[in-house]
Amino acid sequence: MATVSLRDIKKSFGKTDVIHGVDIDIKDGEFIVIVGPSGCGKSTLLRMVAGLETVTSGEVHIGGALVNDMEPMDRDIAMVFQNYALYPHMSVFDNMAYGLKIAGRPKVEIAERVEAAAKLLQLEPYLKRRPRELSGGQRQRVAMGRAIVRKPSVFLFDEPLSNLDAKLRVQMRLEIKQLQRRLGVTSLYVTHDQVEAMTLADRMVVMNGGVADQIGAPLEVYANPATEFVAGFIGSPPTNFMKAELASISSPNAVTLGVRPEHLTVVDTNPRMTGRVLYTEALGAETLIHLKLSDETLVTLRQNASETHPTEGDDVGITWADADQMLFDEAGKRV
Amino acid sequence: MAERLGMVEKRGVGLWLTHVGLIIGLLFIFFPIWLAFVASTVSQADIIKPPMPLWPGDQLYENYSRALLSGINAPVAWMMVNSLIMALGIAFGKILISLLSAFAIVYFKFPGRKMFFWLIFLTLMLPVEVRIVPTYQVVANFGMLNSYSGLIFPLIASATATFLFRQFFMTVPDELAEAARVDGARPMRFFWDILLPMSRTNIAALFVILFIYGWNQYLWPLLITTDPSMNTIVMGIKQMFPSGDDLADWPVIMATSILAMIPPVIVVISMQRLFIRGLVDSEK
Repeated sequence: MATVSLRDIKKSFGKTDVIHGVDIDIKDGEFIVIVGPSGCGKSTLLRMVAGLETVTSGEVHIGGALVNDMEPMDRDIAMVFQNYALYPHMSVFDNMAYGLKIAGRPKVEIAERVEAAAKLLQLEPYLKRRPRELSGGQRQRVAMGRAIVRKPSVFLFDEPLSNLDAKLRVQMRLEIKQLQRRLGVTSLYVTHDQVEAMTLADRMVVMNGGVADQIGAPLEVYANPATEFVAGFIGSPPTNFMKAELASISSPNAVTLGVRPEHLTVVDTNPRMTGRVLYTEALGAETLIHLKLSDETLVTLRQNASETHPTEGDDVGITWADADQMLFDEAGKRV
Repeated sequence: MAERLGMVEKRGVGLWLTHVGLIIGLLFIFFPIWLAFVASTVSQADIIKPPMPLWPGDQLYENYSRALLSGINAPVAWMMVNSLIMALGIAFGKILISLLSAFAIVYFKFPGRKMFFWLIFLTLMLPVEVRIVPTYQVVANFGMLNSYSGLIFPLIASATATFLFRQFFMTVPDELAEAARVDGARPMRFFWDILLPMSRTNIAALFVILFIYGWNQYLWPLLITTDPSMNTIVMGIKQMFPSGDDLADWPVIMATSILAMIPPVIVVISMQRLFIRGLVDSEK
């Protein structure tokens, strides 16, 4: 168990700057999710914490100690990889025991710890199998088990669920969350999936182009995005962006107006904007209405299934509450 | 099953024809070996007198024991031991060196990495025969003529095997090396615990090829062994041919040829399964 802090971390590969100075302070036992589109540097950031990638400038502290020049094994971390990275020729037991074996632990202790982890992850019947004889979800569990047996002070997850099918992903997501709660180990989790980020994180870090755009609790980030990018990236369907002048908003720097689909309502009187219904998508519990505004901007509006929906091709008026509108300046910063 | 039967419609005639073709081809290739075997079981007089016998005679035991125990220049048993030491030395040496050099080239960043790889690759283009004079010079200066080290060391470096292992190592996911690093494995530990067991089918396949390569070496042992007790069997056969007007002891020579075939055949058959697996898949 330990705190992790990153101080003005920068990374460049040759002449390309990938990460332009990131500061994060992670409390003991906290679950932090780093989320962002591919290429935003989130995996690189995680790998620098792991020690698999050198830090170009800045400092990485784990448990208060500067670890910039330490090998991964000396950092007291464990990592779960995207492709699990299980040793194909070793049994599940040996895969989990390998780290302890290298650390020179006595055999009895190794067996004890591996069995405890296997029990926790319901892997007991599979200990003698090879990774290739396991399903994707089971492999994922073995990879987690390998991390758990070492009792590290920090867990690092690099998109661990992206190779699983949708149903399994939801299930493993819950398991990871429960496991982390139970063990109380500080965790750093990288994903491109904003749903994973929302559900897992105590606090999330939204990365964009090598910069941490916003760090905060998921709901706070959702309700109060700091930048246009965050507003667009977090939430599904994404936030609608419209030209501020179109809604005749008179705020000095506001260029773009953002409103989440669930905050838009269809009205007959006093609409703040009008648009033509392109098509409607009935998803069961909710229905998505796609509109085209007068300036060709596409807008999505979310209605409950019980409401009456406009017909495709109709012109409708929409409105929203002042509290729900988000204004952004030219650079995408919140006004 | 019904489908498969339907697929082989040419079953009757076609099947027989292909088999007849294959059997004729096999007999054609096997015939000289059969002749050699026949020649090794008859007496000298039978061979010289035409027509040549086509069925084994009664001299098998005598010819083979004569070859094994006394031979012509040196006992064949002794030459086989020499060949075995050389072939095993070359096979293991080559595998060890190429594993290590491929490991270095794939997993370590050092200045001139690319250059070293291409230098190794370049030696592929120089067969032993081309560099045989300078190699002889070097070996002679080291005083390794007529010795096992002289037979083995110059043939140990192998671009082919290095290249093969390099290709295999590059298919091993990087994450595996990283996982091992996080687990605390130092590079050599990773090599022994993970890379080596993963390459075992490749190693087996290479072992078969390299053993035969080593066993069949002819020119090099011919050059550097002048002492009959260091002769290897393949060159030994040639040494048995008489010079000038001497009479060739054909039964013994043929017995030696048959004996020379046995160890490679044993190696191929006993490692066949691993060998084929090594050639066909890379087992991930």
